[in-house]
Amino acid sequence: MSLVDAVRIALRAIAANRLRSALTALGLIIGVSSVIVLIAVGQGAQKGVTERIRGLGTNLIFVRPGTAQGTAQTQGARGAAMTLVASDADAIEQAGIPGIAGVSSQINFPAQAITSAQNVNTTVIGTTANYVDVRGVSLSSGSFISPTDVSTRGLAIVLGAAVAPQLFPEEEPLGQTVRLSLGGGRVTFQFRVVGVMAPRGGSSGGLEDSYVYVPVSSVQNRIAFVRNPTGQVNVSQIDIKTAPKADQALIKDQVTALLMQRHNVAEPDFRVLSQDDLLGAASAVSLTLSILLGSVAGISLIVGGIGVMNIMLVSVAERIREIGIRRAVGAQANDIVKQFVTEALTLCLVGGLIGTGVGVGAAVLLGGRAVAGQTMTTVIQPWSIGIAFAVAAGVGLISGSYPAYRATAVDPITALRNE
Amino acid sequence: MIRLEGVTKTYLTGAGAVHALRDVDLEVRAGEFVAIMGQSGSGKSTLMNILGCLDRPTSGTYRLDGRDVGRLPDSVRAKLRGAAFGFVFQSYNLLPRMSALEQVELPLIYQRVPNRRHLAAEALVRVGLADRAHHQPTQLSGGQQQRVAIARSLVVNPRLILADEPTGALDTKTGQEVMQLLTDLVDQRGITVVLVTHEQSVADFARRTLRMRDGMIVEDVVRPSLRAVSG
Ligand SMILES: Nc1ncnc2c1ncn2[C@@H]1O[C@H](COP(=O)(O)OP(=O)(O)OP(=O)(O)O)[C@@H](O)[C@H]1O
Ligand SMILES: [Mg+2]
Repeated sequence: MSLVDAVRIALRAIAANRLRSALTALGLIIGVSSVIVLIAVGQGAQKGVTERIRGLGTNLIFVRPGTAQGTAQTQGARGAAMTLVASDADAIEQAGIPGIAGVSSQINFPAQAITSAQNVNTTVIGTTANYVDVRGVSLSSGSFISPTDVSTRGLAIVLGAAVAPQLFPEEEPLGQTVRLSLGGGRVTFQFRVVGVMAPRGGSSGGLEDSYVYVPVSSVQNRIAFVRNPTGQVNVSQIDIKTAPKADQALIKDQVTALLMQRHNVAEPDFRVLSQDDLLGAASAVSLTLSILLGSVAGISLIVGGIGVMNIMLVSVAERIREIGIRRAVGAQANDIVKQFVTEALTLCLVGGLIGTGVGVGAAVLLGGRAVAGQTMTTVIQPWSIGIAFAVAAGVGLISGSYPAYRATAVDPITALRNE
Repeated sequence: MIRLEGVTKTYLTGAGAVHALRDVDLEVRAGEFVAIMGQSGSGKSTLMNILGCLDRPTSGTYRLDGRDVGRLPDSVRAKLRGAAFGFVFQSYNLLPRMSALEQVELPLIYQRVPNRRHLAAEALVRVGLADRAHHQPTQLSGGQQQRVAIARSLVVNPRLILADEPTGALDTKTGQEVMQLLTDLVDQRGITVVLVTHEQSVADFARRTLRMRDGMIVEDVVRPSLRAVSG
C-alpha cells in the first residue's frame, strides 16, 4: 500500500465518523493550543520584565537594603530603616569613585493623590534632584524636585504623565495643590505641583507614568511612625549611574566596601546589583514560570493523546471485520499497521494544525489585553509551535501504534465470520 | 495445481479438541471447477480457509504448484492471497461506505498495481455492473453485492477463486446468475474455482463434486460434462 493510499484510507475513515473524529481531535486542539498560548504568556511575562528592567535606564547599579540571603523587603520606610539611608547616597557621590556619573536615592510607598474633584491611587517615589539625570527621564512641563526642596523638606510634587490628566482633566496642573493621603488615610499632606513628567510609554514606562515624585525627605520625617530615630532619611534604593564603559564590577566592589565601612558591619547589610544581575534573576524567575505553564499545557496534550489512543482502540475493535476483509484481499500485517498509524497520525496532525491556529489566534487576542489590571504581553515562539506539533505527531504515532499492533493480531477467519 | 496430503486441522477448545479436518488428501488441477458439499460442521469452510492460505493445517502438507505454502511466513502468504487467490463469501464481505468501484480496487491497492481505476471498471463490466460502479453496498441488491465481490475476487487475475456458499444468501434465480458468472470464469479464462454449497442445483454447475463428513472427504465424483476442462 502506498503512502497516498494510506492517507486516503485514513481520511475516509476520519470522515466516516465525523463527530467522533472531531471530539478526538478536540483533545489535541486544546492541548496544542494551550501549549502555544501558555508559552506565549510565559515568554510575554519574561519580555515584560526584561523590558521594564532595561527601561530603568542603561548603565545603572542599584543598592538595596537586606542581605544576599535574607532579603529585607522594603515595606514602607520601616524595613529600610536600619540599613540604607539618604546620606549613604551622598557618601557614594562624594567618595570620588571613578566611573560614577551620578547618584540618586529613592523610597516608594503607596498613597492616594487627591484634588478637590479627583482621587487617584498612586505610588509615591520619594527621591532626589539627581533622579532625572540618573534615570534618564525628562519633563514635559515645569521642573523636577530641586536640591533645595530635598534639603528643606519642601512639599513640591512632580506628576507622572498619566497621573496629571487624571488629577487635572481640565486645568493646567502646574502650581495646583495635590493632597497625598498616606498610611491608609492616617496622614495627609498638601503638595504644590512643580512639574509633569514626559510620558515614558512602552511596556516599561507604563508603570512609571502612573507615579508621583516628591522630595525623599519631605514626607518621612513628618510622620512619626516611619521616622528614623537617628534623624536620617531612609531609602529603599540607591541608583548609581555609571559612565559609559565603566567597570561595573569594580564600582560594585568599591561601593560595597564604602557602605560596609559606613555601616560598620562585617557582612554587607545591603545588596549591590547591576542591571545584568536583575535581568539574570528576572529571567530565571520567568523561565521557571514558562516551564511551569508549559508543563501544565504538556499534560493536557498527553491527556489528548490518551484520548486518541482510546478512540483508536475502539475503532480497531469496531472494525475487526473490515480488517479481516482487507487481509483476505491481500493486505499484509504492515499494511494494516500503516493504515491505523496513518489514521491516528492524520487525526493528530489535523488536530495539531487547528490547535496551532487556535493557539496563535488566542495568543494574539490576549496580547495587549488588560487582565487583572495588568496588560498582558504575549510572545508567540516559533519553537513552541514546533514542540506542540512534534508532540502531536509523537502522540499520533504512539497512540496509533498500539491499536495498530492489536489490529494485526486479528485472525482474518474469525474476523470474517464476525457478522 | 493444488495438492493436499494428510491435512488435519484440530481446534483446541475448552471443551476439548475439535477435529475439523481429518487426514484430507486432495488434488485439484488448474482450470477445474470443484463443488464441495456436506453437512454443517463437516469442515468445508475449514478446508476453504486452508486452501486460501487464511489458515494453516495442524499437520499434513499443502502444496501449491509444488511449493509447500502451508509453512510459508505470514507476509508471503498474504502476498499470495492478494496475487493468486480471489475470495467470495456467503455474506459478500464488502466494506461499508465504499462504492462498488472502490471495493473492486481494494486488492489492487495492496498489490500496488498501477491503473487501478481502469482495471476495476473492467472487472465490474465483466460482472455486468458497469452502471452500478458508484453505488455503495447499501444501495445494491444481494445479487449485485455478490457480483461486486466476484469482481473484486477476479480483478487481480487470480488463478484460484474460493467461493464459500456464494449463493447462500441469494434467491434461486439470482443464485443461478452468480453461478453462471463463475462458470464463465472457468470456461473462458481458465480460472480454477472451488465452491462450497448446500444446494445440489448449485453444485451441478461444477463438473466435480466432493462430499465431506466429519472432516473427511467421503465422496469425489467427476461427472462427464459438456464443458471441456482445460489444464
Ligand atoms: N475457530 C474454531 N474453533 C473451534 N472450533 C472450530 C473453529 N472453527 C471451526 N470449528 C469447528 O470445526 C468444525 C468445522 O467447521 P466448518 O466451519 O469448517 O464447518 P462447515 O462445514 O463450513 O459448516 P457450515 O456448512 O455450517 O458452514 C465445526 O465443528 C466447527 O465447530
Ligand atoms: Mg461454512
